[in-house]
Amino acid sequence: MRTSISFYLAVKEIWRSKGRFVAIGAVIALITLLVLFLAALGEGLGNGNREFLDKLNGELILFQEQANLSVSASQFGRSIMNDVLRMPDVSAAGAIGFSSVFVSMAGSNELLSVSMLGVEPDRPGEPPAFEGRGLGGVRANEVILDENASVRLGLGVGDELIVQSTQGTVDELFSLQIVGVSDGRQYFIQPSIFVPLLTWDRIRPKAVADNGQDELTFNIIAVKLVDPSDEVTAGQRIEERLSTVKAVNRRTAYEAAPGYSAQQSTINTQQGFTLLIGVLVVGGFFQIQTLQKVAQVGMLKALGASNSVVYSAALLQIVVTNFFGVLLGSLATLGLAATFPPGIPIVFQGDQVVLALATLLLIGPLGGLLSLRILAKVEPLTALGLAS
Amino acid sequence: MTIALETNSVLKEYQLGELTVTAVDRVSIRIEAGEFVALVGPSGSGKTTMLAMIAGLLSPTQGSIHIGEAELGQLSEAERTQFRREKIGFTFQANNLVPYLTVLENVELMLRLNGRYSRAGQDRAIDLLTRLGLKERLHNLPSQLSGGQQQRVSIARALIHNPELVLADEPTASLDTERAYQVVQTFADLIHEQNRSGIMVTHDLRMCRYVDRVIQMVDGRLDRVISSPKEIAAFAGIYAEREDEIEYDD
Repeated sequence: MRTSISFYLAVKEIWRSKGRFVAIGAVIALITLLVLFLAALGEGLGNGNREFLDKLNGELILFQEQANLSVSASQFGRSIMNDVLRMPDVSAAGAIGFSSVFVSMAGSNELLSVSMLGVEPDRPGEPPAFEGRGLGGVRANEVILDENASVRLGLGVGDELIVQSTQGTVDELFSLQIVGVSDGRQYFIQPSIFVPLLTWDRIRPKAVADNGQDELTFNIIAVKLVDPSDEVTAGQRIEERLSTVKAVNRRTAYEAAPGYSAQQSTINTQQGFTLLIGVLVVGGFFQIQTLQKVAQVGMLKALGASNSVVYSAALLQIVVTNFFGVLLGSLATLGLAATFPPGIPIVFQGDQVVLALATLLLIGPLGGLLSLRILAKVEPLTALGLAS
Repeated sequence: MTIALETNSVLKEYQLGELTVTAVDRVSIRIEAGEFVALVGPSGSGKTTMLAMIAGLLSPTQGSIHIGEAELGQLSEAERTQFRREKIGFTFQANNLVPYLTVLENVELMLRLNGRYSRAGQDRAIDLLTRLGLKERLHNLPSQLSGGQQQRVSIARALIHNPELVLADEPTASLDTERAYQVVQTFADLIHEQNRSGIMVTHDLRMCRYVDRVIQMVDGRLDRVISSPKEIAAFAGIYAEREDEIEYDD
């Protein structure tokens, strides 16, 4: 009975005071829009920084010990690969070199900044191509584009990609054949292209033009373990054996990327403040509404409405208004996101969105707690103009 | 006759710092079933406090209040709320109706609160409102009604669930004389017709002409009880004619 009368009172008031409830619903919708976009932006930026490392087909990533887990500062010579491959825990290992270049489609002047990753064909580091094939050999003039690069450039398997790279003081152009397209593997907030390691070494930007005499250097090593669940002890054994190496898992590697943690904590702080503002706005609205209804609530209590009826009606109103506000905000977010160009780092990830929505659905009842406290204090005597 | 309400030496004291204020001073009254009583007195005489205690909204400092078979002092807070919901009908001076419910819904509210809402209950509410001249207003909101119409809706609400006792707090306070007479006369007629008991707190003595008995309180004490129709008519009439000399400051 209590639920039905509470529901009845709650729905009747919402229906007959639509303007008031639509206004607060719209405010909740805007807060939802902001929170979801911040979550998507945080995910998009985080994804842009970590996608390549996160999807790497290896459990450990080896850095030069003194590089402080910085990919660009870490430098290995070719000789270390044999030592790594000889480790009993290691099932496979692949050298990875990183640089940033501009690319364009043949015949176009429009340049796109991408992360160019040198990888060893058929070894950890080379992404699986969902379209086309893998890289043919370590010196081949071939390239695999990640999905982002493919979409942004409008290129696919069989097309020609032009890499613009500064060699010394001269900008040189290198032509590569696109042999495959992989899923999204961004790195340093840029689309990625994958080239054979020796090709990478040849065409990557250099301060001094390549004379072909220097030893091949690369930045990190992706390691696939015999026992993937043994990454901690395997990493320790590798570090003990190879004193110049720091072995970390993928998560530690991308969290150490410059600015990654600061960026994520900034986004999280913004989200937190937005939610806090949401709680205060919703709480403030329902508090004012409750204060305006003190006489009416006193009358209902004098007529014999129990506290639980009054609470439930108020709580139902808060939950219903909040739910529709969040629903409206979610739909608006989806609609708005569909109009964004592909370059904007907005990623709606299932669990992040669910978490944000769950938090948003909680802000109403949380903000309404103060109103419930006020309702509890309203005495039926107020209906007779008497104070306790 | 069946006793609908009996108060035995009811005392209500408030503590204001070190000062003890006596709002109601050992008042004993008895109201029979089917009787409509006016509780009158000047401002501060304790009539509203008395009404609050009879409704179970305030507990007496001493004394007991019986309504039907129940002694209010023996009931818990939750039981008193339930008792009020089931056994008492209420009209108030102001803020009488739920603003977002229509006239019909306001009356049906008591049935819904008691879990007794039904089609038959709705028909009864419509009959009652028709009787009160509100047939054309069933689906209007309170804001679309005059003060007198709102009071008539609250009368219907006070009677719809067949309460043992109907309490009316200054039902004519915001009405002009003609509407005030109409409202109280209708109230009295319905109470008599349905054999309910009613107490009307009022400072307007002219309204006493429709009641069966007048209980006058002064300074928290029972000052006098007027029972004969002739005396009541005289009491109401005298004060009506000498309105400018009335000492009541409400």
